Amino acid sequence: MDASTTVLRVEKLCVAYDHPLGAVRAVDDVSFVLRPRERFGLAGESGSGKSTMALAILRMIKPPGRIEGGEVWLQDTALSGLADDAIRRLRLAGIAMVPQGSMNSLNPVVRIRDQIADALADHGSRLSRREVADRVRSLLMQVGLPPEAAGRYPHELSGGMKQRACIAIAICLRPKVIIADEPTSALDVVVQRQVMETLGRVQQQLDAAVILVGHDMGLMAQFVDRLGIMYAGRLVEVAPIRDIITAPRHPYTRMLIDSLPSLEHKGRFVGIPGLAPLLRELPPGCAFHPRCPMAEARCRLEKPAVRAFGADATAACHLA
Amino acid sequence: MSALVELREVTKSFAGGVLGRERTVALERFSFAIDAERPGITAVVGESGSGKTTLARLLLGLVDPTDGAVLYKGHDLRQLSAAGRREFRRDVQAIFQDPYGVYNPFYRVDHVLTTPVRKFRLASSRAERRRLIEEALRAVGLRPEEILGRYPHQLSGGQRQRIMVARALLLRPRVIVADEPVSMVDASLRATILGSLRKLHEELGISILYITHDLATAYQVADTILVMYRASVVEAGDVELVVKAPQHPYTQLLIGSIPRVSTVRDWAVEERQGRVAAVSGCKFADRCPAAMPRCAAAPPPLYRPAPRRAAACFLLDDSPVLQPGDTGSVLAREERPMQASVVA
Repeated sequence: MDASTTVLRVEKLCVAYDHPLGAVRAVDDVSFVLRPRERFGLAGESGSGKSTMALAILRMIKPPGRIEGGEVWLQDTALSGLADDAIRRLRLAGIAMVPQGSMNSLNPVVRIRDQIADALADHGSRLSRREVADRVRSLLMQVGLPPEAAGRYPHELSGGMKQRACIAIAICLRPKVIIADEPTSALDVVVQRQVMETLGRVQQQLDAAVILVGHDMGLMAQFVDRLGIMYAGRLVEVAPIRDIITAPRHPYTRMLIDSLPSLEHKGRFVGIPGLAPLLRELPPGCAFHPRCPMAEARCRLEKPAVRAFGADATAACHLA
Repeated sequence: MSALVELREVTKSFAGGVLGRERTVALERFSFAIDAERPGITAVVGESGSGKTTLARLLLGLVDPTDGAVLYKGHDLRQLSAAGRREFRRDVQAIFQDPYGVYNPFYRVDHVLTTPVRKFRLASSRAERRRLIEEALRAVGLRPEEILGRYPHQLSGGQRQRIMVARALLLRPRVIVADEPVSMVDASLRATILGSLRKLHEELGISILYITHDLATAYQVADTILVMYRASVVEAGDVELVVKAPQHPYTQLLIGSIPRVSTVRDWAVEERQGRVAAVSGCKFADRCPAAMPRCAAAPPPLYRPAPRRAAACFLLDDSPVLQPGDTGSVLAREERPMQASVVA
């Protein structure tokens, strides 16, 4: 696929965490592409590797974690070839992150205005005080915050306002890709909807692509264009969101959808039986087989390869 | 109805601002009771700042009301004897929202499990204690060998929260006040945790007060529901009625904001963005798409359009008014004759 149809390309990415009992693979041979202006979702349970993957794309994995192999391309740039200084400049300017838990990601003793100004200055914007003030005001307006928010400290803002402030910081250098890691996990539904509407609007204004990391399939259904499902470090299914909802190829995807409580039918609320496997003791064959109601003999022996289904979809399941 | 725990006309306000000159009302003339004979699951739903957590803290006796009273078996919590208080502490258990804050980072997680066993003398030997604890952990889907002996930071939020459910389970209480127990937990685990709460209710007859901002799980778990908005009840009643046909515009906004797994992108709600809160009228008037002039003038009372539901909105003003402090009868599990306190 050439660069004109791909803004970000993740190729055979592997992340390992070193541990006294042996290294574990938190991200195992993951490949996917992100198209310009696309909204791509990454869903899975805790520990499935979705947040690790988000960090790995930005090369922000800290020891004992390390990127074991693979490549991330931002348009024509291979990120593994960049020096530390270059990758630092690329964060925020090329790929920005809206972190999980807005409450904790802002500096509590710095006003919102100065946190945005810091981000601008750190990436080499030489602006006068007045230009900074103008820039901050327009950024805040873009994310739906009143201009007064600039002079506030994080604790003076509500959770939704803090998350909007984080979005303002993320977009201040007009990145091509915004990675939002569970941006609304701590917010109320009404505020969640408003924040997601803001993120969607801002993305359109910037012509950016978005990777939304999360576990709420309802949120994915309403927001993303394509969805990737992670399980035990692997990307087990990718497909356009409509297809995933109507006809998921992987049994895990189906169970993830069914685990969402329904507002229409009482009693249709089932979890996924069993627990996500420990990465250190992955079962042989397909890592999902102990929890899979459809598992057959070969699922217990043979690890399913990722297979393509048309141009848009992949799945790693023997039965798909 | 004989109430095990009851909030009677409770108002709770907190001092804020410079020198405590501004007061924030977290709960306003709120009445609520948990029946001693007929255990039920009641959900309390509302956004942050609606007073849900204050309600939980009052019920648990962690804060005192500014006005009104919290009663345990008919006695004011503030006047309970040491023995009465001890009984209350066992009968009414809590599961909190933040599975990080409840642990002391210097102790192994075993501590939160062994302490209640010891304090309430639930086991006669170490082996029995171990057995009780392992049983409770397995009941909430945890592997004891992965949990015991660990420090809080070595466990995930979901694991820590399930330990808190296991802890409540150990004590066999009569009421569990669960304040956002699954808001920090994966969707796939929510059903398991809430299912274990539901099981506690069904098998052990424990009443559950499930406090949440998530209407969908509230619908799945609870029999009755209270919807709160800025310190007051806006709608209450049978969960089927409230969720399927919400009467209050705020409840409608809340239900419309839930993202659904559907190929139809219907995630949009009519909403006005208010900036000035009505001081004297309905607190939702500034955001309400159906606001009328009278909404700004005076707060609407709770109307009772059907025996098992109530809503505080002038759109229902052809229904009888629910007497203040009678939310209990709307939330009663079974239908009962209309009471004299309901006036036409």
